[in-house]
Amino acid sequence: MAKVKLTVNGRAVSGDCEERMLLVHFIREKLGLTGTHVGCDTTQCGTCVVDMDGKSVKSCTILAVQASGSSVTTIEGLAANGELHPVQAAFKEHHGLQCGFCTPGMVMTAVDMITRHGGQLDEQTVRRELEGNICRCTGYHNIVKAVLSANAEMHGGAKQAAE
Amino acid sequence: MGVEGVGARVARKEDRRFLTGKGRYTDDMVVPGMKYGYFVRSPHAHAKIKSIDNSTAKTMPGVIDVLDGKQLLADGIGNLICGWMIHSKDGSPMKMGAWRPLAVETVRYVGDAVAIVVADSLGEARDAAEAVVVDYEELPTVIEAVDALKPGAPQIHPEAANNLIFDWEIGDAAAADQAIAEAAHVTEVDIVNNRLSPNAMEPRATLGIYDAGEDHFTCYTTSQNPHLARLVMSAFYNVAPENKLRVIAPDVGGGFGSKIYIYPEEVICLWASKKTGVPVKWTADRTEAFLTDAHGRDHVSKVKMAFDKDHRIIGLKVDTIANLGAYMSLFSSCVPTYLYATLLSGQYDIPAIHANVRTVYTNTAPVDAYRGAGRPEATYLLERTMETAARELGVSPAELRRKNFIRVFPHQTPVILNYDAGDYEASLDAAMQAADWNGFAARKAEAERRGMKRGIGMSCYIEACGLAPSQAVGSLGAGVGLWESAEVRVNAVGTVEVLTGSHSHGQGHETTFAQLVAGRLGVPIDSISIVHGDTDKVQMGMGTYGSRSGAVGMSAVAKALDKVEAKAKKIAAHLMEADESDIVIENGELKVAGTDKTLPWFQVALAAYTAHNLPAGMEPGLKETAFYDPSNFTFPAGCYICEVEVDPETGTTEIIQFVAADDFGNIINPMIVEGQVHGGIAQGIGQALLEGVHYDENGQLLTASYMDYAMPRAADLPSFKISHQNTPCPSNPLGIKGCGEAGAIGSPPALMNAITDAIGNNMLTMPATPQKVWMAAQATH
Ligand code: FES
Ligand code: FES
Repeated sequence: MAKVKLTVNGRAVSGDCEERMLLVHFIREKLGLTGTHVGCDTTQCGTCVVDMDGKSVKSCTILAVQASGSSVTTIEGLAANGELHPVQAAFKEHHGLQCGFCTPGMVMTAVDMITRHGGQLDEQTVRRELEGNICRCTGYHNIVKAVLSANAEMHGGAKQAAE
Repeated sequence: MGVEGVGARVARKEDRRFLTGKGRYTDDMVVPGMKYGYFVRSPHAHAKIKSIDNSTAKTMPGVIDVLDGKQLLADGIGNLICGWMIHSKDGSPMKMGAWRPLAVETVRYVGDAVAIVVADSLGEARDAAEAVVVDYEELPTVIEAVDALKPGAPQIHPEAANNLIFDWEIGDAAAADQAIAEAAHVTEVDIVNNRLSPNAMEPRATLGIYDAGEDHFTCYTTSQNPHLARLVMSAFYNVAPENKLRVIAPDVGGGFGSKIYIYPEEVICLWASKKTGVPVKWTADRTEAFLTDAHGRDHVSKVKMAFDKDHRIIGLKVDTIANLGAYMSLFSSCVPTYLYATLLSGQYDIPAIHANVRTVYTNTAPVDAYRGAGRPEATYLLERTMETAARELGVSPAELRRKNFIRVFPHQTPVILNYDAGDYEASLDAAMQAADWNGFAARKAEAERRGMKRGIGMSCYIEACGLAPSQAVGSLGAGVGLWESAEVRVNAVGTVEVLTGSHSHGQGHETTFAQLVAGRLGVPIDSISIVHGDTDKVQMGMGTYGSRSGAVGMSAVAKALDKVEAKAKKIAAHLMEADESDIVIENGELKVAGTDKTLPWFQVALAAYTAHNLPAGMEPGLKETAFYDPSNFTFPAGCYICEVEVDPETGTTEIIQFVAADDFGNIINPMIVEGQVHGGIAQGIGQALLEGVHYDENGQLLTASYMDYAMPRAADLPSFKISHQNTPCPSNPLGIKGCGEAGAIGSPPALMNAITDAIGNNMLTMPATPQKVWMAAQATH
């Protein structure tokens, strides 16, 4: 058994777990945050993406003990004060989800992508950078639209704030 | 309320929970005392089980029990069944080999479940499973359907000699033969439809809970039809009587057919919960999903299509062998028969058709319905044949199709189906225009200057959806009727709950069903709740597959709404002292037509429940139920056009544009319908370019993870151009045809026709990987 301490969605949490427990299972089972999903066993599908210390990571690829001491944001930590994050809102507006299973990972990946590119996103880039996330339902068409729209929204919003 | 009613692009009600991580899928469920199940599975494709030794495993840390097939048998748990009886042409019934939920004497494919370990943690269960010692005696294997029929092939089930399950036919063999003999031209093609893995992103999972106090079972499971799961587990598997079994399919992360069937794990987790006294949860990992989810497709066919001198099709003959894997899964037998061969007329007026279908056992995972189920196989066969014929005849593929279209409806095909409505030319024209078909030659020439090979391909598909009517499917061998049920409960404050036997696993029912109600009653969409997926809440249902939720499920809701409206009008007429026939429902009010007398909807609802002042003899309350059984299938159809560029140096195919022109009849929410089409096309493109299940000759699955099975990713796909030409369906009150499968049906032939057009070589099979395309392109030189 190992003791794991980390900050999740701004809250300090700790728990005991088997040394071999993956971060995704720690988040889901020990913390009850089931928005982060498991869709594969080979780190290919991206349903488990979370933000760890400002970097998006696949939480099925990291041991919970490795994550000890870090600060993690999961899909549950994205909406603030009951307001959807612009990426979440854009997915809804553009019908970027169907069964919703890939969605938390997609949204976390999209947030990271938009942040990293600082507004410079085009369709090709979005499609290329979604390579770590599989969606079986949407055909990606509307996901790509949603990411581009959120990018414009967030970029435009940032510009306005700077003015 | 028009903005929320039928036809509006309403954003989905269910999205908030999915987007914020509050969706509740089966694996998210936690109940007190819950433990983890892990299956011991066969590493061999075919072997005798000589012994199972679980003595070490039972003593390992955290282990509660290890259970095997002998115990299951002793407890009287029944074998898994196939629910659609097909007879061979000699009149004999299909040969169903025993499928034990846990194998007892023999394992027949890699992944066949042998035992289950129940332990405190998943890790401990897995460790102990490794320590279960199964002594196998390996047997020879057969993987390919064609090999399974060869003399001397390994025998997989004693019940099925030569591994033949049935040898079935439809249509008129003599008429088809005669047409071929008299034809001016006969096109002959060999068609292979590659085996696929459905790969819903949510792996299958099930949580079995036995309550000893109540002697009652609850099963949370990833199912597309929870009521059928309950019915089958009660009536055939002897898990529990129907009144003692509750099946809940909560949020389900995609199905595509793979979650229709009742799998061994559902039965075993329930039984194991009773045996061990603890709730047992099992969740497939992706490799288990590849091994044990029912696969799709896997047909090999020989086709002969006969034309007269005017290029009219005069006959069609098809000989198909379908691989059903190691066991007959719940619906497997109807897929290569009534869902396939009955569609072989396509959009064309073909006077004589004959199809012969043989199904066989092999040492592979069971094969059953996957998005489209039989209809993609029929369309692929027909549309590849049409394309080949056009090339052989030296005519435009569009004109060849146009010449042969059915134009008069209803149209009786020679293979059972009676098409009720359609306008195939409208879809063809719309697609050709959207694709700028006429400008293709110039684009091809331009590509050639860059050293690229451009090709264009089309496919005109038809499908039979809205699976029903009960009497018809019953006469064809179905074990159940395919009606649907609905209950509309108006609460005393005027809010509405709709209970439906349909099940949503991504299709957005919570929105579209609410739109239907909002449109009819004029109440806001937020005051309408859709309840589904729980056998304790919804009395009965037949679930969601075959694009039946709109045409059948929503029609049942419409029927219940008719009754609710009629009663509400009676109450309003009584309260406003008007004639019942003068009451109209508009914008959330009941009005006396031609006067200024109105009552808000909620007041009529309240009056129904306070019951202080109701028409004489009326029962209080406002809640109605309807069962709806349609008069016919529905027939969505359309035309897809794909344009590709093939790099002759590498064999890589790039999709330049993809156009879909569909006829789905009336549409409730265009945004959701478009999403369904996108998803379907992506799966079809996946089949054509990337996906394929491969076993080695010993039956080891070579494509057992996302590292080996190529799933379409965002960069593999283009954006799609989509349009609708809607001829309302005359066979249900809403005029809906269904849209869920179209994309997966229409796209593979369009893409393959485009690639073969580009490289000038017809000898290409799916998936058209760069290597295969490169080799085929080389062969043309
Ligand atoms: S579960 Fe982490 S990538 Fe699939
Ligand atoms: S929405 Fe179902 S997998 Fe993406």
